[in-house]
This record gives sequence, structure tokens and C-alpha cells, in this order.
Amino acid sequence: VSEAPDHDRAPASQTGADALVDARGLRCPLPVIRLAEAARDAAPGTVVEVWATDPAARADIPAWCRMRRHEYLGEAPTGGGHEAYRVRLLAPHA
Amino acid sequence: MHPAARETLLAALDAGWADPRRLHREARAARRMLDQAREVLADGLGLRPPEVAFAPDGPSAVRCLLEGLRYAARRRGSRVVASAVEHSAVLVPGRHEALRTGAPDAFVEVPVDRLGRVDPDAWAAAVRAPGTVAAALQHANGEVGTLQPLADAREACRATGVPLAVDAQASLGRVAAPVDFDVLAGDAQSWGGPGGLGLVAVREGTRWLLPGAADPDAALHGATRHTPWVPLALAAAEAWRQTGAQLAADAAEAFELVARIRAAAAAVPDVEVVGDPEDRLPHVVTFSALYADGESLVRAFDALGFAVASGSACTASTLEPSHVLAAMGALTHGNVRVTLPLGAVAPGRGPQVHSFASAIGDVVAQVRDELGARRL
Repeated sequence: VSEAPDHDRAPASQTGADALVDARGLRCPLPVIRLAEAARDAAPGTVVEVWATDPAARADIPAWCRMRRHEYLGEAPTGGGHEAYRVRLLAPHA
Repeated sequence: MHPAARETLLAALDAGWADPRRLHREARAARRMLDQAREVLADGLGLRPPEVAFAPDGPSAVRCLLEGLRYAARRRGSRVVASAVEHSAVLVPGRHEALRTGAPDAFVEVPVDRLGRVDPDAWAAAVRAPGTVAAALQHANGEVGTLQPLADAREACRATGVPLAVDAQASLGRVAAPVDFDVLAGDAQSWGGPGGLGLVAVREGTRWLLPGAADPDAALHGATRHTPWVPLALAAAEAWRQTGAQLAADAAEAFELVARIRAAAAAVPDVEVVGDPEDRLPHVVTFSALYADGESLVRAFDALGFAVASGSACTASTLEPSHVLAAMGALTHGNVRVTLPLGAVAPGRGPQVHSFASAIGDVVAQVRDELGARRL
């Protein structure tokens, strides 16, 4: 279910999330677009972790959750160099 | 600029060119003109002329409000309170001061709600903290239009003896001037005046002083030690007269035009209109489109002849998103901001707003297509 590119990729199981979106190095709005693409194909209840370096992601991932009625779980600790945001997908949407 | 202010500016190039500090005839004439301009602006703010001074521009005016309050209170404390959505002329020096002094408490930012408004109780609690010497709250936010609860905020400040600095850069000439302030800053451009002129009002009895040597020309300069170029001050005063006379009608029309844009943007899928829909500036509107980037939206609207701004990170020199949108929990990407000019400045604004509103859906769809972001 992971949308991550192949480079520098950690298995989602290592992060404790069901799926990982690696959006490091991508500028807004691409991290949110990658997250939405992952959400489109995922089952409700899936926990997605987004890795991003773009500062706008800190505001935009919670805003996406609010607008698309998913649950924003908060930031997960990382080893540094990027941020990790957790989202629980709540309901399928059109 | 208001056409009448433009006329005044051109005439003043001949009549008000001289240095108002000199004693010759032309200089005395320039001095009278500067005094008249000050009277007009003071009258419009319900103040006396000595309470009104000038600054090189709006942001400089805003910056010096807190400088003067903090310096005058330097023996009592240094803590400053501000809303999280203040202009960067408040936030950047405030954060810098807190870092420089190694006292993170020296600058406290009060959060805002989803509409961009401070909570009066949180505000009151913040200004009550010991050592607080100044508080800054804008009249209205220039990015999203939301008006702030100035009356409540000033009451809380008065209860604890903290002077309130009000940034009215976005609102003067567009809504009634605020009355709840101790010191106030504005920008002549907001009421149809020229660029390059900021206004600083220091209410009598307020402890306010800029650092530095005493000013031998205080009677001429007022509190800020800045003498504006006389033609600018004259043009600003003329714009104030003209705009003030039309304010209610112009604001009512702009309010409806903005309501039209808000409705058109809200009808586009996954577009969120930001800020208070009712208790707001009449002429400012901001919306954010999911899966679109601000830079492409600005360029696409520009290609259609519409000049819009954006609070998205990709449009900022710092690559940081708008602190206002972030503080409100609003989407920061795909952001578009429209600031309507005064009707006297842009007589065609009504029809232009209607064609802009009709274009929003197509422009957003086009930008999403370019990003390959469809059916999300």
C-alpha cells in the first residue's frame, strides 16, 4: 500500500503505521497530493505516515484531514532530517 | 491612489516642495501644508494634531509602536504580548528580541481560532502576566480580513495598565477607524493615499518614547522624529477626506463583491474560504484550493488579467507559508488572496469581480490538471 519511492525507504512496519508516504524533498502541494493518492486506494482505518521536509506540510496535512474528514494523529518522532505526520483514514470518499 | 489625491500630489510638487524646517516663504508655506495635513488626519482619528506623527511607511509605523512602548517602560519590564496573526513588523522584531535577550517569555503570541480571531479570555490572561509592558493587536487582518475584538482587548489591557498598540494598516479608509487604542499605526495606501507614508498616533498620556537623543524639532516631527515629504502628507490628507466621505457606500459595495467571490470559491470542490464571513474587512478575501499550488494559481489569474496575491510558501521569498494561515489551521497551499481597490481608484471593480468569480473554478481545475491531481 506504500506510495514511497524506492530510495531511502523504510518499511512501513518499522514506523508502526500501515502505510508510508515518502514526500521528503517535495514542495507543497505535492506531499498532500501524494497522501491523497495513497488515501484513495486505502481501506478506512488505515494509518498512513507521511515523511516530509516541506515546512508547509505541518499546516497542510492537518488541514487536509479536516477538509477530507480524516483523523490527524499528530507528529511521530523521527531521527531528524525530516518530519513524520500520522493520519488515520476514516471513511471512503467520492 | 485616489484620483483627487493624485491631483493634490502633482499640485503639491509645485506648491509644497520646500523644507518645512526652513524660514523662507516657500518653507513656511510647506510647513502650513504639513500642519494642515496633520490636522485632517488627527480629526479623522478623533485626536489632536500633536498626537499624530508620520513614518516612512506602514510597516515602519507598526514597528515603532512597540519600540516606543517598550523603551518607555524599560525600567518596569520587557514582556510584550501580541496575537499570532500580527503583521511580521510585530512578530519578527518581537521574536528577535526574545532570542537576543535569552528570555523566551519576553514575547508572547496569543493563538487565534479558525477564523483568525484572538480569544478575549486568552488575551486577558496573557496581558495580566507580571512584567507585561505592551500588547499589540491588529484592527483587522490584512490577509484574511477578520476583525479583532479591540474593545474587549483594550478593556483587559486597561485593567492591568498595559498600553495597547493597534495596527490599522489594512483597515483605515475601509471601515470606521478604531477608537480602542493607546498607540495606532496606519499606511496611507489603505485609504487611497500615496505609498511611502506611514501614520503613527500616540494618544496623549501614553508613555511612549523612541530610544535615542532628544529631538530639537519635536514640534514639527511629532513623536516619531520623522518629517515626511510634504507632498506625500498633503496627498494622504486629501485621500483621507475623499475616502472618508464615501466610506460607508464604498464599504457596502465592496462587502457584497467579496461575498460574491467567497460564494464562487466555496462552490469549487475542495476549496476552503478562509476568515470570518461577516465580521470582516469589506474588501479582502482569501481562499485555499487543495491539490493546487499558489504560484501557478497567481500566474494563471495574472494571465487572465487579475492581479492576486498568495500566502502559499512557494510564493514567499522565505519558502515558508503564511504565518496567518498556519496559525488559523487553514490550508496554506493553493492560496489566493484578493484585495479590492477602492471604487474611486478602480471604477471597473464590480464587473472585474464578476468575471474573476466566474473564472475561479476553471483556473483551479487547470492548475490541478497540471499537477496530475485529479479525482483525489
